[in-house]
Amino acid sequence: MYVAVKGGEKAIDAAHALLAQKRRGNPAVPEVGIEQITEQLSLAVDRVMAEGSLYAPELAALAVKQARGDMVEAIFLLRAFRTTLTRFGSSLPVATETMQVQRRISAAYKDIPGGQVLGPTFDYTHRLLDASLLTPSATTEDVSAMAQEQAHATVNNVTYPKVMGFLEQEGLLPQASNTEPPAAPEDITRNPLTLPAGRDVRLQNLARSDEGLLLALAYSTQRGFGSTHPFAGEIRMGTVEVSFVPEELGFPVVLGEMFLTECETVNKFHGGAGIEPCFTRGYGLAFGENERKALSMALVDRALQAPELGEAVMAPAQDQEFVLYHSDNVEASGFVQHLKLPHYVDFQAELGLVRGMREAFARHQASAQATTQANAATGTEEGI
Amino acid sequence: MTAQTDTMHSMENHAEACFQYNFAYLDEQTKRMVRRALLKAVAVPGYQVPFGSREMPMPYGWGTGGIQISAAIMGQDDVLKVIDQGSDDTTNAVSIRSFFRKVAGVATTTHTSEATIIQTRHRIPEEALQEGQVMVYQVPIPEPLRWLEPSETETRTMHALEEYGIMHVKLYEDIARHGEIATSYDYPVLVGGRYVMSPSPLPKFDNPKMDNCPALQLFGAGREKRVYAIPPYTTVKSLDFEDHPFAVQTWLRPCALCGSTESYLDEVIVDDAGARLYVCSDSDYCAARQAQGHVGDGMPVAAPQGTGKEA
Repeated sequence: MYVAVKGGEKAIDAAHALLAQKRRGNPAVPEVGIEQITEQLSLAVDRVMAEGSLYAPELAALAVKQARGDMVEAIFLLRAFRTTLTRFGSSLPVATETMQVQRRISAAYKDIPGGQVLGPTFDYTHRLLDASLLTPSATTEDVSAMAQEQAHATVNNVTYPKVMGFLEQEGLLPQASNTEPPAAPEDITRNPLTLPAGRDVRLQNLARSDEGLLLALAYSTQRGFGSTHPFAGEIRMGTVEVSFVPEELGFPVVLGEMFLTECETVNKFHGGAGIEPCFTRGYGLAFGENERKALSMALVDRALQAPELGEAVMAPAQDQEFVLYHSDNVEASGFVQHLKLPHYVDFQAELGLVRGMREAFARHQASAQATTQANAATGTEEGI
Repeated sequence: MTAQTDTMHSMENHAEACFQYNFAYLDEQTKRMVRRALLKAVAVPGYQVPFGSREMPMPYGWGTGGIQISAAIMGQDDVLKVIDQGSDDTTNAVSIRSFFRKVAGVATTTHTSEATIIQTRHRIPEEALQEGQVMVYQVPIPEPLRWLEPSETETRTMHALEEYGIMHVKLYEDIARHGEIATSYDYPVLVGGRYVMSPSPLPKFDNPKMDNCPALQLFGAGREKRVYAIPPYTTVKSLDFEDHPFAVQTWLRPCALCGSTESYLDEVIVDDAGARLYVCSDSDYCAARQAQGHVGDGMPVAAPQGTGKEA
């Protein structure tokens, strides 16, 4: 005799136990520590912080560990924690022109004041699997000495002028903002998205957007779907101070430092919407070392400025409703994966409907056939 | 209790203290924000109110909108029932119920009549709802016009102008093409004679239960950041045409377990040959009837063949 399914709670508990076992893997292999993740998988930690929109390396590493290395799951864990935190105010805007850079390059100029600083980049590595990493080994002295030298060069409190500033001086690039910035920017984590969205909302949305989506959208603009003619004006990564003005003090207090990647693209603009021919700017900013993300973000930011610059909105990357509503991987992953939840009731309704429609179709076919046969029997000619 | 388990408990308490959450998980400011949106929703029945939906510890699509509403309206004396597909025992219903037991410590029940808050996904209980009860619906896509017009900017304008032509054309085209309105769930309704509303993916079988219902009905779409409501005793009309009146699903046989001829039935495949058993989707209703001595025939039926219509 059939009985309705019971015991969902037990099944869930058993699934969680299996998950914990899978996460740990073979117990004969040492367990990975949070410090190992922050130190040795730092780019994973950075991505989780950026899209989790919470600057907390230790918690991001915990999320990576708990999620068994699934980035989107780790991002979700961090977001679900972030949403419970009390908001006590907004920091002052970070001054990226005072960034203590570890890397800073411009693809628009051969040389720039302060020079091109390569920093720790994959850009010129040959992607050959390095067999020497198969087994743990002490860092070779050569490498560490060179790294020391490099690091030393960046510690001495030198600031580098923004490349975009030179274009602004010449009047080739409109200032970042023509109007007074609002006292407090809109907060997309507290208020629902309304359209059309201002640039503050768009940039916040893009900053926590899925890196893969931004990359694909940025790529699509390069292939002609909303071309923006970009140059990497400047990419810099390094630490900035975060300052806050407590109401009771009335002056800024430095709360700490964070590591950021900032990208500004220069885009050729033929003029329009009452603006003379000039260059325009795409802006990308992400927590941690997140160069692919920041550059992609800058391209999409520029594409989304199309209406303000009098450009026709023709491509997905220019359509703010399309981009902003589909950029969040926590939302997207949830809704796509909710298809795994039971849908018995709706499927039952569809079964009934489709069976009924098939029955009606069969009746219709049968009666059409009967009419044809009857006509043939009486010798009636159909048509001319 | 042994000393060892005491130590374990104190360690757990310490870990919990590091991540302390408010009653019903959401902080009070967030609850107030949700309640303000709900008040507006109740004041304008069927209108989708944008709200500052929060990230919840469950994925979007798992009922985060409904969970936020339940959390915002829940008090310590509430009795919560959670169903998914009509049943209290589906995995997600179990998970949401245990979440609120954990973060709010409220009493839970599977009995419709005992509950003060009923959170649901895809069904309305068979037992009639009463005054004072609140139905909380989990909504994936709150916009009834979304399948006809993908742009939110456009659909909001259509609602503002009460411009529902595309929906009527869609229903008409269904009839022209299929001889009937080919929508079996999430069947659009007109609320209070003004707003066309998505009832969430309920089978249309449940639509009549929303009309003039004594309970307050609240709808939450977390990912889409919208809430809407049907106040008690509000007119809810399923869209139709005079010559093609709205009709609900019917079955050729009663529930195999409790013999009910009035409930929504699930079709369960019970053997490799594909034999089917038809049983109530509302497990509490079915169990209560069986407890009262109602018995179904328990007989599976052979797999439907070809174009045979079973339901």
